[in-house]
Amino acid sequence: MTIVATNDDAMLARNVRTKSRWHDFRRRLFRNKAATGGLVVVVLFFVLSALAPWLAPYDPIMIDSLSALRPPGGAYLFGSDQYGRDVLSRVLYGGQISLIIGFISVAIASLFGVTVGLIAGYYGGWADSVLMRVIDIMLAFPGILLSLAIVSMLGPNLRNLMIAVGISAIPTYARLTRGSVLSAREHLYVEAARTVGVPDHLIAIRHILPNVIAPIIVAATLGVGTAIIVAAALSFLGLGSQPPQPEWGRMLSEGRPYLRDQWWISTFPGLAIMVVVLAINLFGDGLRDALDPRLKT
Amino acid sequence: MYAYLSRRIAATIPVLLGVSLLVFAMLHLVPGDPVKMMLSEFGTNPEQIALLRAQLHLDEPLPKQFLRFVVNAVQGDLGISIRSKRPVIQEIGDNYLSTLQLAFAGLFIAGFLGTTLGIIAAVRQNSFIDAGSMVFALVGVSMPSFWLGLLLIFTFSLRFRLFPATGGGDLKHLVLPAITLGLGAAAIIARLVRSSMLEVLRQEYVTTARAKGLMEFWVIVRHALRNALIPVVTVFGLQFGSLLAGAVIIETVFGRPGIGRLLVDGILNKDFPVVQGVVLVVAISYVAVNLLVDLVYVVLDPRIRYVRG
Repeated sequence: MTIVATNDDAMLARNVRTKSRWHDFRRRLFRNKAATGGLVVVVLFFVLSALAPWLAPYDPIMIDSLSALRPPGGAYLFGSDQYGRDVLSRVLYGGQISLIIGFISVAIASLFGVTVGLIAGYYGGWADSVLMRVIDIMLAFPGILLSLAIVSMLGPNLRNLMIAVGISAIPTYARLTRGSVLSAREHLYVEAARTVGVPDHLIAIRHILPNVIAPIIVAATLGVGTAIIVAAALSFLGLGSQPPQPEWGRMLSEGRPYLRDQWWISTFPGLAIMVVVLAINLFGDGLRDALDPRLKT
Repeated sequence: MYAYLSRRIAATIPVLLGVSLLVFAMLHLVPGDPVKMMLSEFGTNPEQIALLRAQLHLDEPLPKQFLRFVVNAVQGDLGISIRSKRPVIQEIGDNYLSTLQLAFAGLFIAGFLGTTLGIIAAVRQNSFIDAGSMVFALVGVSMPSFWLGLLLIFTFSLRFRLFPATGGGDLKHLVLPAITLGLGAAAIIARLVRSSMLEVLRQEYVTTARAKGLMEFWVIVRHALRNALIPVVTVFGLQFGSLLAGAVIIETVFGRPGIGRLLVDGILNKDFPVVQGVVLVVAISYVAVNLLVDLVYVVLDPRIRYVRG
């Protein structure tokens, strides 16, 4: 009975501690106006693009040459493009594509990256050497180059775009996780878990991962913004989404020939990319400050 | 110090080998038959397929193919373009200088603008200038370069006719692409310089410099800035790589010749030797620049020689 009581006590203490830590974190995050604003905008984009089928006034891919190149206002709030498609409807639907690409590619990158970082950092030795050399090689392809190389192999479409953007972001998460794991594994609670015979993989997942996850969450949040920009850039180059998909990057490139007189075709998707990425960055920065107030400059 | 240097140089060799292996593997990781894929637009003719197979040595065992790839690459032979039928190395040679020019111009703008804004923001911490620079930095990292490029074309080429919208060659053609390329990096550098500068300004030697009656300007330039810029040097190297890769987008936006456009055209035309060649050359350039930056770092910060060497 005593043992049960002690367990209950420990659990209660832990609950109180997590609760107050969570409370502190929330308080810090929501006191930060920029971060809160960012979150509101991101949620707004989510809702608007999720409701696109109901909100969009027109079919985003329907061609209607009679109403081509209409300026913003009236029946076409954001104007219409060279094929008579409604820019507002395309921007709304485009949000679905961009947000999905952003989140899935970050999911791919963080899943593989965190696994690699956890194995390399926790086990060390040859596993660490081999994995980190592979990461070094991936890092030798700067910026957008690795995504470009992958897309060139797999062929340009949305699925491959997510894979390419996801793979090329793996090194960020692998390095970040490895670094945090290296210091976390020296802690006493790891030693304690090992002493009572918890298997290595469970120590890594149950004890170390929760303690190193904070900076990974921040990186993943900011990573969604980066992924959206990279994916839009590849689509802009014609190496991502294919016509007639309403993708923001592709819409920008389709509006290029009309830049002088029909500025709205490329301006609204460009604005959409910038605003959503800005909002994600504001929220990510706020998240970082709230999770680790020491980092704030 | 020499031990550190030689170790640093030796460490690049496995990376370069790995890079070549990855670039070599690109052709073999293509789903389906790479030769058929490359020739798909020409209409498939069995003789042509056999010819290209032989030309690419695809029937040899993989290790032998890889060895050939590395030996040829070291000798500057990156294969023949399927489209233009010219050696890939010549295609790259014709375009490399233009991209390098763009990347350096972008780096100059990024360095100048980023450092200036970062210093001002740090020295006048929590002022309007500080807030303004940080808003600039935030917008700078959130702005897709291809959209910024289009906005600059719209404003400075189409409306005010100050700079040409597209093409390459002289300095006038370089201005808008370089600004487009440099602005994002400037934002990153500004944030970094600011935090590094804030750190240094709290150090005792800065207080000492002020206490002995130096003008604030000299305290900042001679004592604070020199030390604050050390960590920034590393980022310069990393940013140079991003700029080199970013040139891919900028060159397409501005219709400027360069290896970035060569790469995009190569991908769109399924011209694999060109794609492999450009990817390899950019990656090697990037590894070389980072090596150079590390060497400069040792000269700038003598502490490293002892810590790492």
